[in-house]
Amino acid sequence: MKGMEMRGGRKRSIRLSNVYSFSCFRSSSGGNHSQIGQKGYSRVVYCNEPDHPDAKRLNYKGNYVSTTKYTALNFIPKALFEQFRRVANLYFLVVACVSFSPLAPYTAISIVVPLVVVIGATMGKEAVEDWRRKKQDIEANNRMVKVYGGDQTFHDTKWKKLRVGDLVKVEKDEYFPADLVLLSSCYDDGICYVETTNLDGETNLKVKQPLEATYSMHDENSFQQFKALIKCEDPNENLYSFIGTLYHGDTPYPLSPQQLLLRDSKLRNTDFVYGVVVYTGHDTKVMQNAVDLLPRGAELRGKWIRYKDIRGGMLVRWYLRPDATTVFFDPRRPYLAAFCHFLTALMLYGYLIPISLYVSIEIVKVLQSIFINQDPNMYYEETDRPARARTSNLNEELGQVYTILSDKTGTLTSNSMEFVKCTIAGTAYGHGVTEVESAMARRRNGGSLEIEDQLSNLTGDKGDGVDLTKSIKGFNFLDERIMNGNWVKEPHSDVIRLFFFILATCHTVIPEVDKESGDIHYEAESPDEAAFVVAAREIAFEFYERTQSSISLNELDPETGAKIGRQYQLLNVLEFSSSRKRMSVIVRNEEGQLLLLCKGADSVMFERLSEHGRIFEDETKDHIKKYAEEGLRTLVVAYRELGEEEYNTWQEEFVNAKISVTADRDSLVDAVADKIESDFILLGATAIEDKLQEGVPECINNLALAGIRIWVLTGDKLETAINIGESVMKQIEAGKSQVVSAKASSVESALIIDGKSLTYALDGDMEKMFLELANDCASVICCRSSPKQKALVTRLVKAGTGKTTLAIGDGANDVGMLQEADIGVGISGVEGMQAVMASDFAIAQFRFLERLLLVHGHWCYRRISMMICYFFYKNMTFGFTLFWFEAHASFSGQPAYNDWYMSFYNVFFTSLPVIALGVFDQDVSARLCLKYPQLHQEGTHNILFSWRRILGWMLNGVSSSIIIFYFVTTSTFPQSFREDGRVAAYEALGVAMYTSVVWTVNCQMAVSINYFTWIQHVFIWGSIVLWYLFLLIYGSLPPLLSTTAYKVLVEACAPSPLYWFSTLLAVISTLLPYFSYKALQISFFPMYHDMINRMQLEASAASHSSVSATARVEDRIRQLKDRLWHHSEP
Amino acid sequence: MSSNAAASSSGGAGSADSAAPRRNSKRPKYSRFTQQELPACKPILTPQWVISAFILVSVIFIPIGVASLLASRDVVEIVDRYETECIPEPLRGDKVGFIQSAANKTCERKITVPKRMKSPIYVYYQLDNFYQNHRRYVKSRSDAQLKSPKEENETKPCDPEGTSGGKPIVPCGLIAWSLFNDTYSFSRNNQQLVVNKKDISWKSDRDGKFGKKVFPKNFQKGGLIGGGILDESIPLNEQEDLIVWMRTAALPTFRKLYGRIEVDLQPNDIIHITLKNNYNTYSFGGKKKLVLSTTSWLGGKNDFLGIAYLTVGGLCLFLALSFTIIYLVKPRKLGDPSYLSWNKNPAGH
Repeated sequence: MKGMEMRGGRKRSIRLSNVYSFSCFRSSSGGNHSQIGQKGYSRVVYCNEPDHPDAKRLNYKGNYVSTTKYTALNFIPKALFEQFRRVANLYFLVVACVSFSPLAPYTAISIVVPLVVVIGATMGKEAVEDWRRKKQDIEANNRMVKVYGGDQTFHDTKWKKLRVGDLVKVEKDEYFPADLVLLSSCYDDGICYVETTNLDGETNLKVKQPLEATYSMHDENSFQQFKALIKCEDPNENLYSFIGTLYHGDTPYPLSPQQLLLRDSKLRNTDFVYGVVVYTGHDTKVMQNAVDLLPRGAELRGKWIRYKDIRGGMLVRWYLRPDATTVFFDPRRPYLAAFCHFLTALMLYGYLIPISLYVSIEIVKVLQSIFINQDPNMYYEETDRPARARTSNLNEELGQVYTILSDKTGTLTSNSMEFVKCTIAGTAYGHGVTEVESAMARRRNGGSLEIEDQLSNLTGDKGDGVDLTKSIKGFNFLDERIMNGNWVKEPHSDVIRLFFFILATCHTVIPEVDKESGDIHYEAESPDEAAFVVAAREIAFEFYERTQSSISLNELDPETGAKIGRQYQLLNVLEFSSSRKRMSVIVRNEEGQLLLLCKGADSVMFERLSEHGRIFEDETKDHIKKYAEEGLRTLVVAYRELGEEEYNTWQEEFVNAKISVTADRDSLVDAVADKIESDFILLGATAIEDKLQEGVPECINNLALAGIRIWVLTGDKLETAINIGESVMKQIEAGKSQVVSAKASSVESALIIDGKSLTYALDGDMEKMFLELANDCASVICCRSSPKQKALVTRLVKAGTGKTTLAIGDGANDVGMLQEADIGVGISGVEGMQAVMASDFAIAQFRFLERLLLVHGHWCYRRISMMICYFFYKNMTFGFTLFWFEAHASFSGQPAYNDWYMSFYNVFFTSLPVIALGVFDQDVSARLCLKYPQLHQEGTHNILFSWRRILGWMLNGVSSSIIIFYFVTTSTFPQSFREDGRVAAYEALGVAMYTSVVWTVNCQMAVSINYFTWIQHVFIWGSIVLWYLFLLIYGSLPPLLSTTAYKVLVEACAPSPLYWFSTLLAVISTLLPYFSYKALQISFFPMYHDMINRMQLEASAASHSSVSATARVEDRIRQLKDRLWHHSEP
Repeated sequence: MSSNAAASSSGGAGSADSAAPRRNSKRPKYSRFTQQELPACKPILTPQWVISAFILVSVIFIPIGVASLLASRDVVEIVDRYETECIPEPLRGDKVGFIQSAANKTCERKITVPKRMKSPIYVYYQLDNFYQNHRRYVKSRSDAQLKSPKEENETKPCDPEGTSGGKPIVPCGLIAWSLFNDTYSFSRNNQQLVVNKKDISWKSDRDGKFGKKVFPKNFQKGGLIGGGILDESIPLNEQEDLIVWMRTAALPTFRKLYGRIEVDLQPNDIIHITLKNNYNTYSFGGKKKLVLSTTSWLGGKNDFLGIAYLTVGGLCLFLALSFTIIYLVKPRKLGDPSYLSWNKNPAGH
């Protein structure tokens, strides 16, 4: 069967290179071949002789690939090292070590257990992640490929056994195992098609062409004598360049990227190819492009580590004073004593920097991730994929995102071009509503229901016709005047016919006929060409076969309605290029008429029209303008008839130009082509929609409203990039114009830069300037950028703005970018999983980003920052009561509380409410988060975790501790504290203070959170109850276990009214400052979420009172919303 | 950098997944919990709430303040500081020398009862600047030894007062070693006032921490005598002075219960106190005071609690009033967006 196919393939024997008459196949002679053999160009490959003695001497690495961070041997030391590279872990390690010495003011176990748990959990996570990578590596390394062996046949070999110089045979739809130089293929001229989705995200096929010296080798036997030497550049990460020379016999042939088949790209449409391995394993371009895994430190964490350093400094200053400590231990060795004392203090005040913060944050983040994973609003039905938070430690950064760097293909767009409209002979056809249009319409009308209805009416009976229209990829055209053969009744039916005829012939698409069903599938270099061919097929011309010199169509006969097969002689193809911006073909029809058919950008086409060809010019221009506004890509379609003589003269010139060997051959060919491409007769224009993914315009609009800046980095061509950029930009502009009408003076502009320019822009000094320029632009589009460049741009933006950047992409080409950014979001689409594997969050559709950032991001940011602030607060409150007591115990290191009170403080009595805060608290509901995207700016400006706020909370903690300590001690000492005349001693003070602390921090929590469910109630009040229960139970244990807590509650404290009254006093007094501050702040300096809550409250209150008032309030809210953005300062 | 190797394998998997029939859909199950839509109350600090809260606090606090102030005023307390005056005038230049000498340290004091003191009248000694809460001091005891005669040799935490002459000290440690040993006896009109020294310690200490069969041994036999000596025939759990002393104080100024006088004292009664000034607080400049005090339901005399309650209550009342006034004078919609501050600086900082 296989053999049959192969033979079939060869029988076709199409010299496809004839179709691509020039540009496509010219070897890029830009490379500097003279450098071969010098520094940076030293690689030597002995083709088909991997065992050549010289090759062995060179000893290039094999094709074994390892992407793991650790090996089984070095895992423990390396992972431990990684862990203790974190300052915090190291600090806890020191504390844990010291806690085993008699210096410890409390038991060692309470420090060691959490440390072991934390480190163990993180290392476990690392191990699992690395194991996954390992499994992938194993899978890839053991894949099979056919390698030419000494016995003159190809046999299966594992990928990892591949060596440089091996001759391999890769079959259809297989991945290339290494970077290969193409020798020949199943086609006679040796070309092959590759899909580079994994490298640049584009799904279209690229043509590769072998050297003349090798393309004729089809026979397995012919390889027996094949010996060649390749000298080429050293491994590098540049995907689009390759310089080398192949010496076959003694003749040198220049090698270019045209001959290079990259690892991880896929062979398509070609039964098999033969190639020589030049780069293996980590030397391959794609591996060179992989960016090393960098440890990701969340910003918040960074901050609290700094906070810890400050605290550490304070400890040192307090305690490294020998004079204060000579009373301690051995007075003859004051410095040693001082040091010992310092260590004691270090542990005692470990409560200011508790390891439990670590643990709690980890727990909270994991729970938050579960909520993200469980959100059905981010579940994509079609691919059955929910959102996945793959790392949990970046949740809060989602709420701080300032810049989004987005891939285009597959991320913003669904990578399908759809033929939606056209204008023919001055008449516009097509009712399809584009996404951009509908989004704009929706916004204009405030998303009211009627409009939606109208829209759905407008889109025709799209609902019913879904099966009909959707089944045809690339075709979303609806117009009863043209469809179903009705076009013949239109006034200019001949023009219409010609128009679609051009669409069916003027392209470089290759048809693939499914032998069983007879369906035709089109393989096109760019998806819009496929869309044209599909459109032509749907109307009248079914393109089904291409040979080197002909194009065959099934035409709909206007009179009979029957299909007639016709063949057209294809004389020349004048390829599309970015400078020409047009493409032409010259065909001879069955009547012998010579036609020059052309499609191109309006900028170049209108000037090439002949005098009598401008009949429809004005209408067409109008329509094109309208289409462009709708975000459609337009091409002008025109033709002209050629005289036999004119053609012959031109043809001669053209051939001469093509075979010329001067350096400016390209421009020569262009000039000749230019000559004939004039005096066109205008037919009309097409409008293609580069289909944005569902919901992308609204999503981008809301993200723009949220103040997020969007950069688009794409591997696409400039034109494509600009086009999609325009449609995206429209959204942003539209959004912005709402927002900053006051500052309309600042013109919204977009910066568009291509890969080559980017190379310079990213170089040295330019970098800063580039960033400055980019910062002034509303959005930035970088096109033709390599994966590495994407990563570099990401790094630049990250470093330059100093704010959180998020990268979103879907392909292997985005991996570097995703890893470089603070947050990488992978689209788990159909393009494989590499992006997802490298990402921190995986979502199925771009539009889910909105919910991820604005809802989950906002909540997580708010929760984590509140949580950390509160954690500081509660441990300051606790720690400083210890400190004040210390001050009254001659700084001897005596804790005010029983060991176990201290150990359990962060475990039982205060931990659960904090975790509840970190997991459940929400200032505003999800609906409102989406309704007021501006709320996101609380995160980008980081106002909830500013130093002021942290210090404020810490100050609150210190003042609480002062109030608690002094109120409790002054009211309880030194007089008797009960009616029976007994006085409170050390243990009673501990209990009284501790009770106040537990009440205070839990009530503080109750005052500061915004959201009470039964969970919060249970946790907060439960923690307080638990403290009393604990005291009861612990106090009833034998005194040797309970020591100072023995019966302290039952016997000493509970019967004393003073104990209860001093608690009440301390608790209310500590809450007063914060409560007053918050009341003032909400009333007079409300934050954004306060206002939203307030507006909601007013609205609901009003809706209760009367129905008519509801409308008024809504109106009011809308007014407020508008005013919000115009007001500047109180 | 899972980047490439995996590339190919999983590439197909994605599309295969989507095509597969959805037997086990990965759609997250809806529940109010996972959607974070549990019924919740969202307290918003509206002016009404703020004012009510303040008023509530003041309504509770002011009565408590008044009650505790009254209770404290009810208590009669006599404090007599004696550490200097109980050293004979000529010897005051070398107090430490005096206290360490074998001289007679009896000292006569006279106090007048200002108001009627109802029985029981509690007798305390108060020491100032005595760091009974110092870490080394607090740790210097052996709970095991105190509880059980079998653990007699358990003197490790007690260093340097663990052993004397190679034998364990019972009770060991610095706390016991420094036992307070001033004694007081009271008389009114030449009539002895009985001081009841029973039940001055906590029952839990007597029953739980100090053993019935543990007798003092080898106590204060070393070179340096710290404080009081103990009757070796009485078990520790009946040595109430020691038990009181061993429950270490929280702060450097502390009172400890000495005993109870169980008769009423009338105003202007003159009480003669004969005290033995044995205890050395002179080395560290500590003060010694004798305190006679009645109690109220709230304990001894301390105005602080009442004053604090009144102050906080008053403050809340004041805040409630000022908030009310502000809202009356300058009513402001909370939803007024004119206070939103970041649109003035969209670029951030």
